[in-house]
Amino acid sequence: MRTLTITAIALATALSSSAYAEKLALVGGTIHTMGTAGTIENGTVVIEDGKISQVSKQALTLDDSYRIIDTSGKVVTPGFIGAYTSLGLVEVPSWANTVDAYVENSPYHAALDAGSAVTTDTTLRNISRIEGITSAATALGAADSMFLGQGAFITLGNDADPVLKHRAFMSIDVSNSGADKMAGSRASMWQSLNDALAEAEYAKSIELTPQTEWHGTLSKADAKALIPVINGDMPVLFKVHRAADIRQLLRLKQAFKNLDITLVGVAEGWRVAEQIAAADIEVIVNPESNLPYAFEQNGATLENAARLHQAGVKVAIGMDTHNIRLAPQQAGNAVANGLPYQAGLAALTTVPAKIYGIDDTLGRLQPGMQADVVVWSGDPLEVMVAPTNVIINGEEVKLESRQTKLRDRYLTIDEKKPQQYTRP
Amino acid sequence: MKKVNKALLTSVSLLSAAIVAGCGEQATTDKKQAAFVEINKDPFPSTYQPLPTETTLISNVNMYDGVGGMAQGVSVLLDNGKIVAIGDDIDASSVSNIIDGTDKWLTPGIIDVHSHLGVYATPDAGSHADGNEMTKPVTAAVWAEHSIWPQDPGFRRALAGGVTTLQILPGSANLVGGRSVTIKNLPGRVIQDMKFPDAPYGLKMACGENPKRVYGQKGGPMTRMGNVAGYRQAWSDAQDYKRAWEKYQADYEAGKDAKPPKRDLNKETLMGVLDGEILVHMHCYRADDMGTMIDVMKEFDYQIASFQHAVEAYKIADKLAENNICSAMWADWWGFKMEAYDGIRENVPMVEAANACAIVHSDSDIGIQRLNQEAAKALSDGQRAGIDISKAQAWTWLTSNAAKSLGIFEQTGSLQVGKNADVVLWTAEPFSTYAQAEMVFIDGGLAYDRNKPEQWAISDYELGQIGEGDRK
Repeated sequence: MRTLTITAIALATALSSSAYAEKLALVGGTIHTMGTAGTIENGTVVIEDGKISQVSKQALTLDDSYRIIDTSGKVVTPGFIGAYTSLGLVEVPSWANTVDAYVENSPYHAALDAGSAVTTDTTLRNISRIEGITSAATALGAADSMFLGQGAFITLGNDADPVLKHRAFMSIDVSNSGADKMAGSRASMWQSLNDALAEAEYAKSIELTPQTEWHGTLSKADAKALIPVINGDMPVLFKVHRAADIRQLLRLKQAFKNLDITLVGVAEGWRVAEQIAAADIEVIVNPESNLPYAFEQNGATLENAARLHQAGVKVAIGMDTHNIRLAPQQAGNAVANGLPYQAGLAALTTVPAKIYGIDDTLGRLQPGMQADVVVWSGDPLEVMVAPTNVIINGEEVKLESRQTKLRDRYLTIDEKKPQQYTRP
Repeated sequence: MKKVNKALLTSVSLLSAAIVAGCGEQATTDKKQAAFVEINKDPFPSTYQPLPTETTLISNVNMYDGVGGMAQGVSVLLDNGKIVAIGDDIDASSVSNIIDGTDKWLTPGIIDVHSHLGVYATPDAGSHADGNEMTKPVTAAVWAEHSIWPQDPGFRRALAGGVTTLQILPGSANLVGGRSVTIKNLPGRVIQDMKFPDAPYGLKMACGENPKRVYGQKGGPMTRMGNVAGYRQAWSDAQDYKRAWEKYQADYEAGKDAKPPKRDLNKETLMGVLDGEILVHMHCYRADDMGTMIDVMKEFDYQIASFQHAVEAYKIADKLAENNICSAMWADWWGFKMEAYDGIRENVPMVEAANACAIVHSDSDIGIQRLNQEAAKALSDGQRAGIDISKAQAWTWLTSNAAKSLGIFEQTGSLQVGKNADVVLWTAEPFSTYAQAEMVFIDGGLAYDRNKPEQWAISDYELGQIGEGDRK
């Protein structure tokens, strides 16, 4: 069976389980495996039971049970990972009903769990995935503390429960905005952070019940939430920009050696690149951010990603929510400004997968990995290129969104009757 | 769109100068009439000076001419600030500065019709938030140029992205936000040094969500219907003001000792629109808001030059074409507020396909640096939807259509003989992510050369700071 009718796709969607996912073979494309096999020309990716079963340079003999997708002249990559988003937590951020990405006046900080607030019923899911984003880290965007709580790692597939990993990471803001939340000075902010981690260290040794006597500055819930962070079991992401703050974090890691740190934003990261590399810390950057938005970002440059990479730092790209689909363009611009091409692709695949400890499942095309695969009309970092096929967890998703439906409704203006009767 | 009468502007300023100089004499020769009072319409005149130029030939280059044409392997001669020849048989014997354009691309300089550089300058501090006079719903009296900080590092970043001209507007909190100004993207010490000579003024107005959000809790308007009542009252007052000045002029000409109306700076700007001298640029997202504003425009007999942001222009592209209104649009911004929720990636090409005037704009200090990529995205999305538009045609979104909406197309916006030499030499085909502006000329002067960091302009703010002179 070479083609699948729309009805059949809809059926597969309704069943929504990888057990029913069809067997697929993507034949003939340029495959960026992002793994040890490197880039394969004219190769084949075979998908069964929601997983990649083979990635081959050789022509394969496949029986009729495989649906063949001809990818000749196209480029095949792992599904791109939204490195830092609020997907599933926000529909319209400004002045429009509940926005779960923003927390105000909450008694909880580190204990906040973004995963508990996530929904799949957001237009952002289809809008993002038809542009090649197949999974994402999702986190709260703002709170009234430097602690932004715990984020989740989600799929943009058809699953009713999108959370692949609950409590996947902790977010802490140590940039200007974090300091502003902590009495308006870094002097207060760093003291608070040190105390918080020390209290978590102490909390490891006791059982925190409602009756336990506790005189920490953190709430019991927040103290408990930070235990996996100081144990190194939960990655901790620090929003940070200026070089001095990055050095402060490096000192913090001397005291709390198990911290599994990633830096987010990190406009001045290039100035401390070698120390970041030496500490084996990854970064998530917006490589296009080259303006001094505040004094903490005076060193911002388009070459940030390239310089960090040059020093040996693993760079992820993509910090947006509504337009996380522009992460490939950002990576392309990082490449245009000195980042090696494969590092540009890694910034969207293997590096974010490693940050979230999910690199045994996502980010590479090799046997055993979850089948999140995108076929592109050409170089995915080129702005005029788009996906032709998007496969998430072994299922090909329809390249349709609320936006494509609006487009199709208005491609031709119906002069005889109101456009609301047009159902694309 | 109504043509701005530049001859009128000039003669008016000359006249007012003459009046000031001669009023003492007139008082003695005419017993009944005081000197005729006329408003100086150009009290902050441009002092723009182009960079030094040399005769420059860009040879064997590919080009998009900005008006829909494409050519390969041509040469373009720049002399004395103008484009003086385009072709493949230009005599280069007397030209000392020859730039080999082989495998590179030449385009007109990009014109961003929507920028807040300088009025919302970086560093992004309250101290620099000079873009929105959020004190009352109609602030037509304010002029963006009085807020612009020429040292905003954003200007230099935009230059490195091939932007040679930009319109700086007030923000969108108000029904009528104030005057915009069109500037050349060449650093100046004072803003007058950057003003595009003879460019008409624009008037920033805003539909929908922003005015109601800002004023809903402080006296209104708090609804869209309140917004529209506000525009209509303002235009009605401006009509009244215009009639008062016309009566004064008629009375004066009839020999009466007429008293001039008291100047009202709000109404003066609005009267400039009614007189066809100032171009209206309206921030409107929703199709229905735009439809309403088209009726307001007809009621008060003025012309809207452009809808800015125009996220739903695709829903009414036919009406926009009929009414000769440009739409300035993003390629893919959407969803950040309810009136942006119906944004689609094919908006720009769908407007183009309806033969309406399509412009790609930024409204962003980051987006302005890569408007070529924004046009590229919109074009490719349109092509995938079956809309047949060429790259050469798509370049009109960045230059000629933008120039027309600002009333400066006679001077810039295309690679045509006689136009200002505002041109960009790209390292590669400029619809590619990897293409970068290699050389940017403004009026024939080399304003940016990617390969010569020692010649880059550095804003005063960045001098002595981390990253001074760094590649940005």
